[in-house]
Amino acid sequence: MIFRLNPNAGIPLYVQLMEQIKHAVETGALREGDQLPTIRKAAEDLVMNPNTVVRAYRELEHEGILELRHGSGAFIKESAGGRARVVRKAQAIVQAALERIAPLGLTEEELRRVFENELAQVRLEGAGGIAEKKP
Amino acid sequence: MTDCIIETKQLTKSFKGQPALRGLDLQVPRGSVYGFLGRNGAGKTTTIKTLMGLLRADAGVARLFGVAVDAADRAIEIRRRIGFVTEDKELYPYMTVEEMIRFTRSFFPKWRDDLAERYLKLFDLPPRKKIPDLSKGMRSKLMLLLAIARDAELLILDEPTDGLDPAATEDVLRELMAIAASSGTTMFFSSHQLSEVDLIADHIGIIDRGKMIVAGALDDMKAHYQRLQVVLADSGQLPARWADGVESVRQEGRVVSILASRNVDEIVEQARSVPGAKVERFPVTLKEIFLEHVRSN
Repeated sequence: MIFRLNPNAGIPLYVQLMEQIKHAVETGALREGDQLPTIRKAAEDLVMNPNTVVRAYRELEHEGILELRHGSGAFIKESAGGRARVVRKAQAIVQAALERIAPLGLTEEELRRVFENELAQVRLEGAGGIAEKKP
Repeated sequence: MTDCIIETKQLTKSFKGQPALRGLDLQVPRGSVYGFLGRNGAGKTTTIKTLMGLLRADAGVARLFGVAVDAADRAIEIRRRIGFVTEDKELYPYMTVEEMIRFTRSFFPKWRDDLAERYLKLFDLPPRKKIPDLSKGMRSKLMLLLAIARDAELLILDEPTDGLDPAATEDVLRELMAIAASSGTTMFFSSHQLSEVDLIADHIGIIDRGKMIVAGALDDMKAHYQRLQVVLADSGQLPARWADGVESVRQEGRVVSILASRNVDEIVEQARSVPGAKVERFPVTLKEIFLEHVRSN
């Protein structure tokens, strides 16, 4: 499994790691029952603080994506696949939206800004069906 | 009270009337990897030397493992629990690498031959070479080996990757992270490489002119800090008084850049209340936090 963290992104590294693991589950690169690297291995491979790895794993456990088995490591939970299917549904909608936007000829940067702005807007207005945490 | 391995209170030190530390407060929690940042001359090395007992503070307290660093009766015990890499990378010039290792070994009852062996190979150190014939990078690696093999509970590292090429830097950081993960060793290190600090540190402190100006858990800091960009309409007027948490406001024409350290939602609300203003929020990097604070101080 290849994870790449970017310290210059300003996003906490544990969040980046969480998102990449989630993404791997969503794309099927990581499947139910698969084992993640140990804390030590991940800290070494990614050259990052082990506490950051611990935090990412714990949060993912809390979100029901990982199961931490004492002494034997972290595994993708059986139920994580269900969530992945919902996310894939959302992916399809975003894909369709992107196809409709294509004729406008925006750059990737512009697109990202539009999306993030809208997301921030929705967050501020507290509407739009964004789940605070996974139900 | 959290369990602090290093703690200083109002640490003060002057050299020939020139203040180097002006009441430095520092707390390094047990098991943390603490990045100690500051410009050249901010007081980093003075702090580190005071902690190591190489300098005596004029006022204030410095404690390692809860013991005052100038407590003469505990000095040896304390030194045995610490490994360090100093800025000048000074070692005994007449010794070879091998001799230096054997010499250091004799002071530390918990010395780990296996670790010394391992790092000798990993860092590709030539055992029979004399210390002055080593490159700066090699000397750093040797000091690191000496610091690690004594099985210290605390590593104090003054710019541990200074003078190392990118590959060697990666090697050193990787090993430090492996040690942090497997033995929970507390690490206190200074560095100018902010992206490296960003990766390996979980706590940071920024020192400027002998005082701590920001300190805390790095993730919390990143979660709270944000940069807002406000684009004003032609008639737009910024609020005369900003909400709490605004660290700086810079305006260039119609574009205003605001750094917020907390309370971001309220600040965004405030910016939005300016008629016609467009507000965007961006994450902030450690580099931005650093520059903002040392420039505005």
